[in-house]
Amino acid sequence: MNPIISGASVVAAGLAIGLAAIGPGIGQGTAAAQAVEGLARQPEAEGKIRGTLLLSLAFMESLTIYGLVVALCLLFANPFVGG
Amino acid sequence: MFFSLAAVEVGTHLYWEFAGLTVHGQVLLVTWLVIAIILTIAVLGTLNLEQVPKGLQNFVESVFEYVAGIAKDQIGEYEYRPWVPFVGTLFLFIFVANWLGALVPWKLITLPEGELAAPTNDINTTVALSLLTSISYFYGGLKAKGLGFFARYISPTPIFLPINILEDFTKPLSLSFRLFGNILADEIVVSVLCLLVPLFIPLPVMVLGLFASSVQALVFSTLSAAYIGESIE
Repeated sequence: MNPIISGASVVAAGLAIGLAAIGPGIGQGTAAAQAVEGLARQPEAEGKIRGTLLLSLAFMESLTIYGLVVALCLLFANPFVGG
Repeated sequence: MFFSLAAVEVGTHLYWEFAGLTVHGQVLLVTWLVIAIILTIAVLGTLNLEQVPKGLQNFVESVFEYVAGIAKDQIGEYEYRPWVPFVGTLFLFIFVANWLGALVPWKLITLPEGELAAPTNDINTTVALSLLTSISYFYGGLKAKGLGFFARYISPTPIFLPINILEDFTKPLSLSFRLFGNILADEIVVSVLCLLVPLFIPLPVMVLGLFASSVQALVFSTLSAAYIGESIE
């Protein structure tokens, strides 16, 4: 096993998660803030707002999950280590 | 003891040779259990139907109304009915699979290789489910519009042709990766926390995992219904 490739893979796995978490983090914060604002304005729409918020948070979270899948590939099923 | 319960194995499988194909046995075993649980509840709940539902029939009816609501919200009042079985099956299978993987202490059963867990933490299961979604929205679109279905590739303008074709590939890819990654991430987070602090501390994360996995079942079925609705409207 080439040590440079393994080292680079570990660094890349960390970067994949870390960078992929930035965007969705900002997005989820914005979405939650808007939801709270909507709740303050219209408390009777709570159920609908909560459902939509959870669904959209799950969508945003999936972007980080893509980064996680890449990181897991690099750590456990790295295609470049074999040779 | 706790460490052995918390250990997670990634990339090891119980291989079964079946008609020249290699399958992941541990996934199939839990999948069969999930199917058996859903079938048992469905059959028992509809065994003797009464005008005024009570007990299990009440539960099954409310579950049906919930999954029918998912299909109705996305596909529309008039065309949703034939798609309720498909969307409902996706939701129930993913939901029961995720919760079974999280709630049952599978580590007490040792396999020669690999470990029992939620079937949705194997990429093959999620890819199969999302390809079923792809096939269904093609089927639904072709049935509803005939060859006019393919007009959507050049809508709104022919410039979008490559993007529209690419979309057919990214839809199942994102569906399958989202489900697979979420479930595997849950298990890995719980097992890493168990490795650090074996008692009590992982409990809130486990509860969060249960919540997240039910949301993922909802997301998968909602998106499938949305894709189907988009292609048949």
